[in-house]
Amino acid sequence: MSISTTTYDELTQIAARYPHARSGLLPMLHLVQSSEGRVTPEGIEACAEILGISAAEVSGVATFYTMYKRRPVGDYHVGVCTNTLCAVMGGDAIFERLKDHLDVGNDETTEDGKITLEHVECNAACDYAPVVMVNWEFMDNQTPESATQLVDDLRAGAEVRSTRGPRICTWREAERVLAGFPDGLADEGPVAGPASLVGLEIARERGWTAPGDSASGRTGTPGGESRAAAAETADTQRAESETKVEEGK
Amino acid sequence: MTDTLTPVLTDNWDADRAWTLASYESRGGYGALKKALGMDQDAIIEAVKDSGLRGRGGAGFPTGMKWSFIPQANPNPKYLVVNADESEPGTCKDIPLMMASPHTLVEGVIISSYAIRANHAFIYVRGEVLHVVRRLQNAVREAFAAGHLGKDIHGSGYDLDLVVHAGAGAYICGEETALLDSLEGRRGQPRLRPPFPAVAGLYASPTVINNVESIASVPSIIERGADWFASLGTEKSKGYVIYSLSGHVKKPGQYEAPLGITLRELIDLGGGMREGRQLKFWTPGGSSTPLLTDEHLDVPLDYEAVGAAGSMLGTRALQIFDETTCVVRAVLRWTEFYKHESCGKCTPCREGTWWLVQTLARLEQGQGSEADLDLLLDQCDNILGRAFCALGDGATSPITSSIQYFRDEFIAHLAQGGCPFDPAASTAFAAEGALA
Repeated sequence: MSISTTTYDELTQIAARYPHARSGLLPMLHLVQSSEGRVTPEGIEACAEILGISAAEVSGVATFYTMYKRRPVGDYHVGVCTNTLCAVMGGDAIFERLKDHLDVGNDETTEDGKITLEHVECNAACDYAPVVMVNWEFMDNQTPESATQLVDDLRAGAEVRSTRGPRICTWREAERVLAGFPDGLADEGPVAGPASLVGLEIARERGWTAPGDSASGRTGTPGGESRAAAAETADTQRAESETKVEEGK
Repeated sequence: MTDTLTPVLTDNWDADRAWTLASYESRGGYGALKKALGMDQDAIIEAVKDSGLRGRGGAGFPTGMKWSFIPQANPNPKYLVVNADESEPGTCKDIPLMMASPHTLVEGVIISSYAIRANHAFIYVRGEVLHVVRRLQNAVREAFAAGHLGKDIHGSGYDLDLVVHAGAGAYICGEETALLDSLEGRRGQPRLRPPFPAVAGLYASPTVINNVESIASVPSIIERGADWFASLGTEKSKGYVIYSLSGHVKKPGQYEAPLGITLRELIDLGGGMREGRQLKFWTPGGSSTPLLTDEHLDVPLDYEAVGAAGSMLGTRALQIFDETTCVVRAVLRWTEFYKHESCGKCTPCREGTWWLVQTLARLEQGQGSEADLDLLLDQCDNILGRAFCALGDGATSPITSSIQYFRDEFIAHLAQGGCPFDPAASTAFAAEGALA
């Protein structure tokens, strides 16, 4: 299937974001995945043509990165972290359970085309181990049971929300955001998950602060005033430096 | 006396909609930018130098010094690239920071770019964190709309364009020169140095590459002063950092403290190890830093003391394992990771990590012989210092350190013809019977 004019135009837009067009290649390949469902030969040709490089060069890049897929991906890419910490905390058990439950192997898709299962490397959420990613959204603190329920819900089309984000979109919708086309969902989800806040909560309970801050945090406190004062100082400094420049003339 | 925990970067993470510009500015956000724009650019670099800020991405190189290496007489454009490719196993500080308060990073980017005279900056964020990418995109859009980015920022005559760039899954891109190749639209493979990125980085132009937490620390230094920052921490490790506690502790999570806190203090703050269990081994700064044990609970977690203890502070990724964990299994899994992530450019790493997995996997299954331990150490010796970049060196750390501290456990695998541990006992849900 050839690339649509709309997609081709958007690929060109991505290249134009950068001082050197080739820098756009990674997001361009994300967009190809979004519109085509995988990195297709036609998508590779389109990127090559826009960037003025060979298809072989684009293929060389597309085959280097694990997020680029040459086979169709399900609506939901389920990534189970099996790097050491998550594996030990239960990621191995979750991955085994899901393989069995979905009757697929690593990097395979269920027959209904809904779920692609893959074990993934550390996804920077170790304080929420074991972690499962769905279309690169966090599903924190999973168990074999919760992960089984998760994939069942996804297959049934039930609403599934990330533990630290919005309702899970499809893999192709996610790839579009990674290509740099926002979906307007940035305001969904919490500021931070519970584990991200444990140190801050302890500090609040005990009245601990950085030097110069008040115990209740910085909102509406003398902290705010000090910032205002800093701004005044800045203005003064600037005025002084400008004056000096004037005087130096 | 400084408090045990000192929230600065994490201080607004409990604020309502902290990721928005409105919330960030209501707490004085972008005040440091206004102050910086009134300062001489070299004075900003001096302030960051004086603060003692060292790179928070693992290597600990002095940030201000890195900035001062940019040859301003070079006619090429200057670039700032933020390394937000947080992928080192155990490391999980930058992702929550960018999710909760992306404007802290954006403000740092603007001040830092201004200081080094860059008119283009990039945040290279790993692709596997969709919601973080959304929050960054949104913050950059808001900052443009507010005039913090774009042409003639706040009448200063200074222009800055900032692009959020999502990667595509490759641990090696956290290595700064591989990141640059990736950002140029190529396979992410490290470059030979010299020339260093400060001279010939992105598009062969002078480039500063800094970790998220380093750049996010800059506004606080400008606003409150280098002396304030340097008053925290230890003699050569200044300032505050985020410590990330994970694994078999009661309260895994992010703890922001001055450099030099100990693991014992951190674990105690969170209520200790999980019930009835003892610390067995831990990483101070991700899987590429040699393992430490319960002997090292009182080592001050700063660059010097952790180095003296035979490891590295790295990214303060404190992965904690109790006695239910098989160290051989843990190390094998990390080694498989390095094998998978080796970019293939140099032979010692590409072939060496492959051989390490073969040898270790056999040992883990209780096959082979004690001589294989020496074989492993010999293989490590042929990788360490001989690989093109730090990935190869990092691959050897878990192996050499685990043999140093737990040789008997490797031998127990041989004696029993397999792993003596029950993997179910080490899971987070072991007590709940959720495996049944």
